[in-house]
Amino acid sequence: MRELDVKTITENVAEMCKEAAYYLPEDVYNGLKRGRETEKSPVGQVVLDQIIRNAEIAKAEDRPYCQDTGMTIVFLKIGQDLHITGGNLEDAVNAGIAKGYTEGYLRKSVVAEPLFNRKNTQDNTPGVIYTEIVPGDKLDITVAPKGFGSENKSGVKMLVPADGVEGVKKAVMDIILHASMNPCPPMVVGIGIGGTMDRAALMSKKALTRSIDQRNPMPEYAKLEEELLELINQTGIGPQLGGTTSALAVNIEWGPTHIAGLPVAVTICCHAMRHAHREL
Amino acid sequence: MAEQIKIQTPFTEEMSRKLKAGDAVLISGEIIAARDAAHKAMTEALARGEKLPVDWTNQMVYYLGPTPAKPGDPIGSCGPTTSGRMDAYTPTMLEQGIKGMIGKGSRSKEVIESMKKNGVTYFAAVGGAAALIAKSVKKYEVLAYPELGPEAVARLTVEDFPAIVVIDCEGNSLYETNQEKYRTLKGY
Ligand code: SF4
Repeated sequence: MRELDVKTITENVAEMCKEAAYYLPEDVYNGLKRGRETEKSPVGQVVLDQIIRNAEIAKAEDRPYCQDTGMTIVFLKIGQDLHITGGNLEDAVNAGIAKGYTEGYLRKSVVAEPLFNRKNTQDNTPGVIYTEIVPGDKLDITVAPKGFGSENKSGVKMLVPADGVEGVKKAVMDIILHASMNPCPPMVVGIGIGGTMDRAALMSKKALTRSIDQRNPMPEYAKLEEELLELINQTGIGPQLGGTTSALAVNIEWGPTHIAGLPVAVTICCHAMRHAHREL
Repeated sequence: MAEQIKIQTPFTEEMSRKLKAGDAVLISGEIIAARDAAHKAMTEALARGEKLPVDWTNQMVYYLGPTPAKPGDPIGSCGPTTSGRMDAYTPTMLEQGIKGMIGKGSRSKEVIESMKKNGVTYFAAVGGAAALIAKSVKKYEVLAYPELGPEAVARLTVEDFPAIVVIDCEGNSLYETNQEKYRTLKGY
């Protein structure tokens, strides 16, 4: 059985936290450039120029792309034939987050308890860690830090089957229109349809780890992604100060659900669509 | 790209009244960073009848939330934070002589009324453009409330800090007009 020491995991997670904070993924960068070419509002063009320049500076100088370096979401796919040695997996991931955020001069934005005392943990731990057991003997890690300007505008709507496609569109547009320019658009919109309330929310997060150039493999969903993108770009929200580039992409993930339900979850991500991926 | 207007601080009411919603500007000189905790401390000090540690006459305030600075850099990535959280304190602060505010997001009716009365311009810095903005910051000096750490009141020396006038001193708001202008959505 293949063995993997927790120290390797910690080191990799630390590097990935920095990587995600500094380097905007290529697909998002190119999406911004395409948006700049088609943006109709002159003010929107100025904003997009600055966002594009920002990505270039962050990358060239290893600086955080945005000062909100987020709460650290980590997706782990653990091969069932892999044996993790030397310690506890979650502790190793959190140690990596602490190391990455400290060494990388990233902002520590996590409080230990949400309601009564809200004390900052000082090292951005704990992360939000999701694990999945898969075939094989590899460990697949995605680090996706999430800023809260956009997270605060995300939402879930529990529809009924009769609401259908139109109901889904309306639920998504309600959330988008309510979010308006607050989540630092151009946005990338992750949607989860089906499952239970929590599963839909998780799918909406996973949807954001897919490339913005890749449409859902099922044609009906691919079409819905395109239609929603068009609607969002008609809102006038634009790149923060009004315009035609309100979103770069809509990514939908779907899953089996109950005969009586149609959950829809929307995670809004800002233009700081950051993630890093490695297989160990 | 629209032409960018160069502004040199101190920022007077006369300069402020010339700017219109939609103008893109590059700010050079000194601006003062303050956010939630500092605003609370200052308005409390005023309520107690104390003098503020900073003279706000003809100053620009920047609502910022930086990452830690790397060794050798004056500041970390330092984009704007949401201005709305400062709204409750803003009319009181504008009475102190502030003529420009830099942040992101819309402002309350009370703030806009006070802007009109005091001849104040509200600028948006691009949300998330934190590395770009950091390049324009040449110097960072804490002026007051050092105990607030990254939220202390600090003087930033800036060169060509990029911003856009979103609400001018007549109360015209780009948030309202420019969204409306590009909105073609029907039925939602
Ligand atoms: S919403 Fe995104 S881009 Fe805006 S401040 Fe937060 S993390 Fe940065």
